[in-house]
Amino acid sequence: MDVIEIEGLRKTFGSTVALDGLDLAVRTGEVHGFLGPNGAGKSTTIRVLLGLLRADAGTVRLFGGDPWRDAAALHRRLAYVPGDVNLWPGLSGGEVIDLLGRLRGGLDEKRRARLIERFELDPTKKGRTYSKGNRQKVALVAALASDVELLVLDEPTSGLDPLMEAVFTDCIDEFRDEGRSVLLSSHILAEVERLCDRVSIIRAGRTVESGSLAELRHLTRTSVAAELDDVPSLDGLSGVHDLVVEGSRVRFEVDTDELGPAIAALGRGGIRTLTSQPPTLEELFLRHYGDDLQDAS
Amino acid sequence: MTGVGLFVRTFLRRDRWMLLWWVAGGALLYYSQAPSADGLYSTQAEFDKAAASMADNAAFIAMAGPARALNTVGGQVAWQAMAFGAIVAGLMSMFVVGRHTRAEEESGRDELVRSAAVGRHAPVVAALVVAATANVAMGALTTISLLAYGLDAEGCVSIGVALTLTGLVFTGAALVAAQLTDGTRAMYGITGAVIAVAYVLRAVGDVTENGLSWLSPIGWGQAMHPFSGDRWWPAVIPVLAFAVTVAAALHLFGRRDVGSGLWPSRPGPARAGRDLHSAFGFAWRLQRGSVVGWTAGIFLLGLSYGSIGRDVKDLLGDSEFSQDLLQGGTDVVDAFYAFTIVTLAVIGSGFTISSALRPHGEEDGGRLETLLATALPRRTWLLGHVAVTVLGTAAVLIAGGLGLGLGFAMVTGDAGAIDDYLLATLPYLAPTLLLGGLARALHGLLPGRTFLAWIALAFCAVVMFFAEILRFPGWLRGLSPFDELALTPSEPLAWTPVLVVAAVALALSVAGQLGFRRRDVITT
Repeated sequence: MDVIEIEGLRKTFGSTVALDGLDLAVRTGEVHGFLGPNGAGKSTTIRVLLGLLRADAGTVRLFGGDPWRDAAALHRRLAYVPGDVNLWPGLSGGEVIDLLGRLRGGLDEKRRARLIERFELDPTKKGRTYSKGNRQKVALVAALASDVELLVLDEPTSGLDPLMEAVFTDCIDEFRDEGRSVLLSSHILAEVERLCDRVSIIRAGRTVESGSLAELRHLTRTSVAAELDDVPSLDGLSGVHDLVVEGSRVRFEVDTDELGPAIAALGRGGIRTLTSQPPTLEELFLRHYGDDLQDAS
Repeated sequence: MTGVGLFVRTFLRRDRWMLLWWVAGGALLYYSQAPSADGLYSTQAEFDKAAASMADNAAFIAMAGPARALNTVGGQVAWQAMAFGAIVAGLMSMFVVGRHTRAEEESGRDELVRSAAVGRHAPVVAALVVAATANVAMGALTTISLLAYGLDAEGCVSIGVALTLTGLVFTGAALVAAQLTDGTRAMYGITGAVIAVAYVLRAVGDVTENGLSWLSPIGWGQAMHPFSGDRWWPAVIPVLAFAVTVAAALHLFGRRDVGSGLWPSRPGPARAGRDLHSAFGFAWRLQRGSVVGWTAGIFLLGLSYGSIGRDVKDLLGDSEFSQDLLQGGTDVVDAFYAFTIVTLAVIGSGFTISSALRPHGEEDGGRLETLLATALPRRTWLLGHVAVTVLGTAAVLIAGGLGLGLGFAMVTGDAGAIDDYLLATLPYLAPTLLLGGLARALHGLLPGRTFLAWIALAFCAVVMFFAEILRFPGWLRGLSPFDELALTPSEPLAWTPVLVVAAVALALSVAGQLGFRRRDVITT
């Protein structure tokens, strides 16, 4: 069953169309990457999903329920970390963690203590004295220490240093290993590649691509560089782009699903060295947000 | 100092409306005393008699200042307005300084600005310049308006200068406070305490005449004796105090990191206490400071009004205003206190509106998203704040009535007044909560227009103080919920208007609750 099912979601603010027929499906037990540039509608989607905003059209199901009508009941089963964590200036971090935990229906004491230690968080500081990264840690500890089935994270690591990002990554891995689900909005591609099972890419309020990373790689190109005994003619090979031949050295990019025939052709020339780089999400991104580049090739 | 000019222009642009209201309000406080003193007494003999009675009343001296030339209009203006005018200038200075220094640092905007090519001291100096400009403007407008009324020229200049200088001293104090703590609220707390101590020192000093007033910035201004001798040498003290506080503030600023205060912030508890278990407990935690502060403030205000005792008879004379006050036709003392109770209720509405708008502040500050993403229903969250608003309003009004009764009983020995005045205050819960209900309705239905609740309060205050003078038609007066009620205790309590007003309050409140449940949460 899908924990999150969104179909044809529309949301407008005045004359601005924020979401224009967005689709999103998050399966139970997966970490789902939610990718898109700033202003694509990631946060708006999440807020509709949390019942903070009302959908104009389309269907939105959270745990099979209506997130607007049954908000409070559904929220017992999830924890949310906003992209911009605003804390109460006079409340300490520890108080906020406890407050949010209690409101979610209780938190795991042992896990709370361990998370505070792992994130190196001082829970006695007042909200106004925390840096952005520390405010985020407060919200993350509160979310991860809660006993919930789903984590909704909106760019949760934007204020964390690399060390803390590694702690975060470990925590998400552990969370998934317990069979629970995560919706992770991000534009840090390495993070999504490292953590996510499936990815949805949105742009201007619409889903443009959705699938597992393996599936999406079919849509991209692999870079190949080789040194050969004798360079055969590679011109005519389908799916090969940007071919450069310099003496015995060859460089080209090839559509990932045409990789086999291209390597076979190289083999006929006697391969001395061969390097190939799998496509990165950067390239996926370029493909969807770098139209100009795409058109030129 | 690079960038000071640019900062000053930006601050003035951001603050222009706020400063206009402060400056105009402060000057109006002074100006309005002149016609009211002129209109109250029809003969000089009556004026002399009232002045003598005022000068004899220690409570009056404590409230306003040393009694000098009270049988002249100028003397009345100086006496009635200077202490409160100094507080207005002090609060204005505090907010102007706070919002451009500590609040900017707390929000992190300051950091962004500082990364640009600006001098280290530029924002602080610019805040100082803007606050000083505002104080000069308030003093100048006061002088000009009183000159226009036709009062003695030297006194007019002297009273304006005194106002400006006192405001400058509080500006310096606010600037020092901004260096001490890392929180804006704490900075306002320190500066507010300085203003309060200045007021209390002069109150005690003026009554006992033991020289304590010379320790108070408010006392320094009053020592210039506008309209009653006009001596100029005391002006040296606030000038020196301003210079010393500003120098100290700049020195302290140089010794601390941007974003932090000289006093390390106290750590909080690592675990949440029992109060953070429910929506009500949480709302109480957020609002308790405001509830306690308002309750204490209104109690003291009631106490000081009450301690006028039966002297009101002598003070009011036979003027038209006094006749208006006596429209019920019974006892002058009761009529005066009936009017005082309405005043306390209108002032107390300030708490009710700010409390009813607290949820809006939470929402606008982006702190609501995280809360509502938990199992806390919107309805419950909002009702927690409503409970604090209603109970807090009751506490504030009861404190006002109790203070009034206690003050009266202490001066007159009439213990029955405590019950009488307390009970007379309670009906005003209805109109006060109506303004709170209006604020809630605006929050639920028109969240971008919540300021209208404050406009409504201002309207009620205008109706209360000026409806007679401005000859408002009955329907216009009737728009103020406070005007609907019988003037207890001088008139017998009429239940119907109380219940009607209460019903409207409830309807507005429910409309706000339902509106909020149906609309999008404000997101940034």
